[in-house]
Amino acid sequence: MSEPEMDEMKKLLKEALPPVGESELRRDLWPAMLRHLDERTVRVPWWDWVLLAGVSLLMLFFPGVIPALLYHL
Amino acid sequence: MELLERFATGDVDAFEALFRQYQSEVFGWILRMVRNRATAEELTLETFWRMYRARARFDVTRGSCGGWLRRIATNVALDHLRRARPEVELAEDPPAAPKADLVHQSELRGAILRAIHGLSPRLRVAVLLALVEEEPYEDIAEALGISLNAVKVRVFRGVRILRKELERAGVHA
Repeated sequence: MSEPEMDEMKKLLKEALPPVGESELRRDLWPAMLRHLDERTVRVPWWDWVLLAGVSLLMLFFPGVIPALLYHL
Repeated sequence: MELLERFATGDVDAFEALFRQYQSEVFGWILRMVRNRATAEELTLETFWRMYRARARFDVTRGSCGGWLRRIATNVALDHLRRARPEVELAEDPPAAPKADLVHQSELRGAILRAIHGLSPRLRVAVLLALVEEEPYEDIAEALGISLNAVKVRVFRGVRILRKELERAGVHA
């Protein structure tokens, strides 16, 4: 592909998609970042909830396992 | 202790300082690839989150923090483009022109947008950064983690596909 062809494509692209260039951020994102950090760091994996529910059901239907569970904790 | 060293140990104040120093740069870089402000803000947060998670792996003795962040931001944007449907482009006011010209321009713009969205994300990003934003090829290579020649190949392949698509749509570049 020749240089003029490349330049023509560049011109067409720029007409359809004006360059963004140096675009200013309109707000400080730090407060949002802090929320993001809090959400991500305190999130409990779903399998932990499944495990907790399973153990709770086990204790509810078979109370006899409670001493065994306590022994292993 | 240096800011980066403190950040690597998990110091949130150091992270905040780095965030405030680089947030505009990261946002601007992502915006050039995704061309949507709200998405670029969201992906800026994701970039810093990935940086924070990987803090222990950052070697403070080699490479700049800006370069590292730009690499993460590029990966975040590419991941987004692979998942996402085409988004509305940043709108610019159309120049004053006769009505028939406006219709033609609108059709032309539509054809180009469809063609560019038809490219794979890695080719699209290379074409947008190199030809629309006119970023230096060296910077694009560093951000994509590929060689200078690989960038040139991606741009060339992208343009070749665009030309074919535009010819099919009746636009001759």
